[in-house]
Amino acid sequence: MSLFLIVALPFLGALLPGLMNQAGRDACSGVTFMVSLAAFIGLLTNLPSVLAGEVVTVGIDWMPLLGLNFTLMLDGLGFFFAFLILGIGLLIIAYARHYLSRDDNMGEFFTYLLLFQGAMVGIVLSDNILLLLVFWELTSLSSFLLIGYWKHLPEGRQGARMALAVTGMGGLAMIGGMLILGQIVGSYELSVILQHRDLIQADPLYVPALLLILLGAFTKSAQFPFHFWLPHAMAAPTPVSAYLHSATMVKAGIFLMARMWPVLSGTPEWFVLVTGAGLITMVLGAVIALFKHDLKSVLAFSTVSHLGLITMLLGTGTAFGAFAAVFHILNHATFKAALFMSAGIIDHETHTRDIRRLGGLRHLMPITAVIMTIAALSMAGVPLLNGFLSKEMMLEESTQTVMFNTWWLVPALATLAALFSAGYSFRLIAHTFFGPKRDDYPAAPHDPGFGLWGPPAFLVVLVVTIGVAPFLVEDFVKIVTASVLGTTAELPHAYIKIWHGLVPALYMSLAAVGGGVILVIMHSVLQKIWDATPRPEAKVIFDATISSFVSLARSLILPLHNGAFSRYAAIAAVTIIGAGYFAWITGVQGAATRAPQAATPVALAGWAMLVAATFGLVFLHRNRLLALIMMGIVGLMVSVGFVYFSAPDLAMTQFTVEAVTIILLLLALNFMPNRSPVESTVLHRVRDAFVAVAGGFGAMAMAWHYLLRDAVATPISEFHLANSYKGGGGTNVVNVILVDFRGFDTYGEIIVLGIAALLIYALTETLLNGPVRARLLNRVPDQPRAGGMHPMMMVVLTRVIMPVVLMVGFYIFMRGHNEPGGGFIAGLIVSIAVVMQYMASGFSWASSRLRYPYHGVIGAGVLLAGLTGIGSWFVNKPFLTTDFTYVRIPPFEKFELATAAIFDLGVLLAVVGAVMLTLESFSRLARTAHTKDSVHPMDIDPSRQASTEEGA
Amino acid sequence: MTHWLIVPIILPAILAPFIVLAARYHIGIQRVFSLVGVSAQIVLGLALMWQASDGTVMIYQLGDWAAPFGIILVGDRLSTMMVLLTAVLALLVMLYTIGSRWDERGRHFHALFQFQLMGIMGAFLTGDIFNLFVFFEVLLIASYGLMIHGGGNARLRAGTQYVLFNLVGSTLFLFALGAIYAETGTLNMADLAMRVQMVSPDATVGIRLAAVLLLLVFAIKAAIVPLHVWLPSSYAEAPGPVAALFAIMTKVGAYAIIRVYTLIFPPDHGPTAGMHDYWLMVAALATVALGMIGVLAAKKLDRMVAFAVIGSMGMVMLAISLFTPQGIAAALYYMVHSTLAAASLFLIVDMVKDSRANLRLQATWPVAGAVPTAALFFMAAIAMAGLPPLSGFLGKLLILDASFGNGSVVWIWSFVLIGSLISVVAFGRAGSTLFWKARSIRMPEDVDPGPAPSTLSYVAVGGLLGLLIAHTVFAGPVTAYTTSIAEQLFAPDAYITNVLETPGKLSTPADGGGH
Repeated sequence: MSLFLIVALPFLGALLPGLMNQAGRDACSGVTFMVSLAAFIGLLTNLPSVLAGEVVTVGIDWMPLLGLNFTLMLDGLGFFFAFLILGIGLLIIAYARHYLSRDDNMGEFFTYLLLFQGAMVGIVLSDNILLLLVFWELTSLSSFLLIGYWKHLPEGRQGARMALAVTGMGGLAMIGGMLILGQIVGSYELSVILQHRDLIQADPLYVPALLLILLGAFTKSAQFPFHFWLPHAMAAPTPVSAYLHSATMVKAGIFLMARMWPVLSGTPEWFVLVTGAGLITMVLGAVIALFKHDLKSVLAFSTVSHLGLITMLLGTGTAFGAFAAVFHILNHATFKAALFMSAGIIDHETHTRDIRRLGGLRHLMPITAVIMTIAALSMAGVPLLNGFLSKEMMLEESTQTVMFNTWWLVPALATLAALFSAGYSFRLIAHTFFGPKRDDYPAAPHDPGFGLWGPPAFLVVLVVTIGVAPFLVEDFVKIVTASVLGTTAELPHAYIKIWHGLVPALYMSLAAVGGGVILVIMHSVLQKIWDATPRPEAKVIFDATISSFVSLARSLILPLHNGAFSRYAAIAAVTIIGAGYFAWITGVQGAATRAPQAATPVALAGWAMLVAATFGLVFLHRNRLLALIMMGIVGLMVSVGFVYFSAPDLAMTQFTVEAVTIILLLLALNFMPNRSPVESTVLHRVRDAFVAVAGGFGAMAMAWHYLLRDAVATPISEFHLANSYKGGGGTNVVNVILVDFRGFDTYGEIIVLGIAALLIYALTETLLNGPVRARLLNRVPDQPRAGGMHPMMMVVLTRVIMPVVLMVGFYIFMRGHNEPGGGFIAGLIVSIAVVMQYMASGFSWASSRLRYPYHGVIGAGVLLAGLTGIGSWFVNKPFLTTDFTYVRIPPFEKFELATAAIFDLGVLLAVVGAVMLTLESFSRLARTAHTKDSVHPMDIDPSRQASTEEGA
Repeated sequence: MTHWLIVPIILPAILAPFIVLAARYHIGIQRVFSLVGVSAQIVLGLALMWQASDGTVMIYQLGDWAAPFGIILVGDRLSTMMVLLTAVLALLVMLYTIGSRWDERGRHFHALFQFQLMGIMGAFLTGDIFNLFVFFEVLLIASYGLMIHGGGNARLRAGTQYVLFNLVGSTLFLFALGAIYAETGTLNMADLAMRVQMVSPDATVGIRLAAVLLLLVFAIKAAIVPLHVWLPSSYAEAPGPVAALFAIMTKVGAYAIIRVYTLIFPPDHGPTAGMHDYWLMVAALATVALGMIGVLAAKKLDRMVAFAVIGSMGMVMLAISLFTPQGIAAALYYMVHSTLAAASLFLIVDMVKDSRANLRLQATWPVAGAVPTAALFFMAAIAMAGLPPLSGFLGKLLILDASFGNGSVVWIWSFVLIGSLISVVAFGRAGSTLFWKARSIRMPEDVDPGPAPSTLSYVAVGGLLGLLIAHTVFAGPVTAYTTSIAEQLFAPDAYITNVLETPGKLSTPADGGGH
């Protein structure tokens, strides 16, 4: 079967359990089993080529530019691991079917399990190391889901997060390591990388790469000091513990070290790091395991210890070490998975995993007792079982290993670990199955059905078979070892034998087993000493680390983002000024190319007024009305400035904008307190003053600089000046720029105006539908109200003046193309005409005479402008292309007809609509506050008002 | 004469006023027009991208005026890709809006939505820097309207900050435009590219100031530290679908930086050396760090996602700040990813929000529709944190790979990898609290968690995640395309000649080039 399919099957099959969940537990587990079985058989079809020493590869490009390709390869090592993953996976699925209770969502469980299986198979079959990383992190993620499967248990959630954090960290470090490795070699394909041992080890980046990759491997395989997550992962359902956290996932780190062995091993750095970490882990795990009471905890720490053992073997860098490591991987997977499943059975039947509450189970659960005892004896390294064989090889290897120039260090530690290993294994047997029968088990223990004991029994048969007849697997182990070694070392000539003669390893082994027995006998004493010894608790440290990071992060982030706008503005201003200053001082200023003009008295006076108004604004801004007046002065002075510099269009625009804005702002101020409260401290104001002054000087410097210098080439405005009449049909260049040269900008800006009005309307609407409405209704004005709301003089005057103003607007609009004026200004003038009516006679009266809703006016204006633009498509010209012609209708003079005028009409409408909609929105707020708004144009008849009030 | 290039801008600009004019009281009609509009945008985006894919630079002279005198739209590989991305995002967000009935919670949602699209599309397509300002205004004002859609005190307050801060940006933009026009006398980007080269090395202050101020303007839009302060509360308080649409808004800033600082101020341009080519990376690193720390610090889910957006903008900026074709290609790949991931997360946040009292990262009873929502959150969080198998991981690899050889490679790698770890931890905590721990809490009798999110909402989020998967699976062709975009950006001659040498109204062969 294609390797693609072997990897893909579990992923595709992961959809099935969820789907079949409804159909019952058997159907659900059945499909899962079939999926795994298909992949397993697929793997076996490749066995002949593996046995023949071939490497099966397939691949397709994924991201060739990066070098990340979907390439898979199957050699002895890959086959070995895939065989374990899929084979044990089958047993686990069968076991889990009977283990999970009816309350557990089996579909979810098997979905996660298959995802994990696929990811794991992916790791061991990847040829591309970046692809391997993808699968690597996927195992972390699926493991996260599986550990947290019982979501209601806090241990599950915490264990899941801890595992994710630790293995995630390793995975991220490994990304770095793999990228460096790929950069050194120039390829991310393992098949290429493995050929370049010398290149890699000579590279200065070898050590960083090694460190990063080992960080990944150590975290995944729970090596010291990252071993602490594994015991907490035991909160997962037991099938998960058996599968992920003993037989497969935690071996991914081991796999990686074995995979990279040909190119990374053999250096002093590798030896010290790998063997060192392995030795410490091996001893530490074994010692802790002896003193744990939870069956799964004992097994978890023993797994840590055994992983350390394998790591240590890989670290020695010798062919024999690798040989022993491969063999122990196989043996450990068999006996440890069996042990976990047995522990699960005990938990399932007695409802406890606490070893202190157990004992005497050999009579009640004989089948389980046999299975577990054999597996535990294998773990202890008792002859005729497979654990003995590989442990002997480990001890043999340790006698050959000299660390820190001390010949006894490694053998002593290895023996010590083996001793404790024997100790906890014996304790497991003794305290669970032996001793007197008790009458206080949480549930009545009895052997489970075949479904639960079948899978571990099968594994135990393997344990015994390999233990008695190691030659059955020897060839296979050698093929695997050969693929670990690659071209780096020769396959060792050793054989796996039960009897090696009276070699040191035998004595060490004897010492270990004997010592183990003594440990069990002395256990209660030792336990007391252990309990009395203070020890760092990994979970406490981990939690404290995380929460201190969180509080550190909070103290950094939260004060900065506290929502104070003045602070945000200060940050922005300081950044802008600072960056501008940096650009300024690092540049070359160059000489001025223009002479400054002399300051005339008029200009000086205007300047003085601007300055005075600005200062006034700064000092009087708490009085909002005064502030508005000051702003009005600034605006008017700017308009005057435009006049002074011969820009009548701008002046007119600015002037009308000022008028309309002030009216609208006055209306808005109506709803606000008269004064703004003091919200800042003196310190804040001093800070702001500094920032503001710096900003002011910056702006001045900029203006000074640019005004005295010509552009590097002729400005485009020259073209506009030269061609406004010829190409745009108008002599008012400003207007031609607005409606023709850059009509598209104007189009955008009227849309901005329209949106602004729409959103003011929407905002008002929201306010009136919310709690603000009540506040408005109950508002007591802080200023005395005028006696007559609609004074007669004003009403009369505005009525009379309205047609005049409209006429002016029309005139300004019409002349716009050639003389100062245009749609924008005209729109504002027309708005003023209407606004006056509102001011004079109030909202109700004015709006009841409204024939076209302002929304519609805005929409129509923008549409008209847009459609004018589209109109030019019909003559095959781009959007907004203008055309004009001159016509003469006697008795008038010749006049111009320009399409730009229609566009300008759109502008006019949009401006009128926007201004009026804004006004209307504000008025709606006002009307809600004063419900007495009259529907009559004037307040001339006191009796009428009274009668309205009575009626109301 | 074909007009396709302008249609992505004009279509919403016609639809929106039409909706206001004729259908402002009819939500059903608005939805139809809105949906048809965004669907048509996708077709347009595809067509334009296909047109540009062979390296053609399409131009459209508004008012028939030749550059640099009139405004010009330019469709090259980069801008058309952004148009398509926007269109796709808009469609899915629109589906969610309709599914969650967000559009009924205030006025003018669809009109504002269309105007917003117009602004974004315009910003991507324009070849004129003043016109870019105009579109920034359009999208700012429309986004403000969308942001405060539905009202509420917290939202209005955040909206005020948002619009005020961005108005600071707009003002700065005007300063920058004044500076650049005073220095060069032109506003067309291609023409600017030519004229900036004419700046004498003896008088560089003017152009340096212009370049820096412009960068700051775009940095505000792109939420680069320290100009990001407006983002967390605005995105957190905005209605869910609006926040999702905003995922493209920060990219407008990134786009502008890519465009302006490859075309106008290329990294090898002497007079502007030593500024953005150095400091942008520092800011980007700070942005990555701040974003990720913020993700860990956040006490509420919506803020957490907002900080994740800042962090991912930091990643994009990091890649851009390498100023190499490889870096830009990586940035573009990551940008697409980040847009889709952020949008899907914001939509999921909205799903969660609907049946909880608040979004604090504390366990309460399970939300309505918890199981599918949790699954979607898991996927989106994986994408955002940059874990395999989704495109965030590939994007991260691309960025790390592209930074090889850069002097700051150690910094980049450390920030990116440690940042990812922090976000993995933070997302793990948040997800397990919100969705797992909730299982252990019994539902109070008197609380109604409300209905589960509608099918259409799930379709929208599923669509975004589906696109992320596609972005991952087809990473090969996508990166090949982003590489071709980067190549086009670093060889701007075709762009410049095409823009400047196409004659328009009143052009004679002599002044057709504009010089």
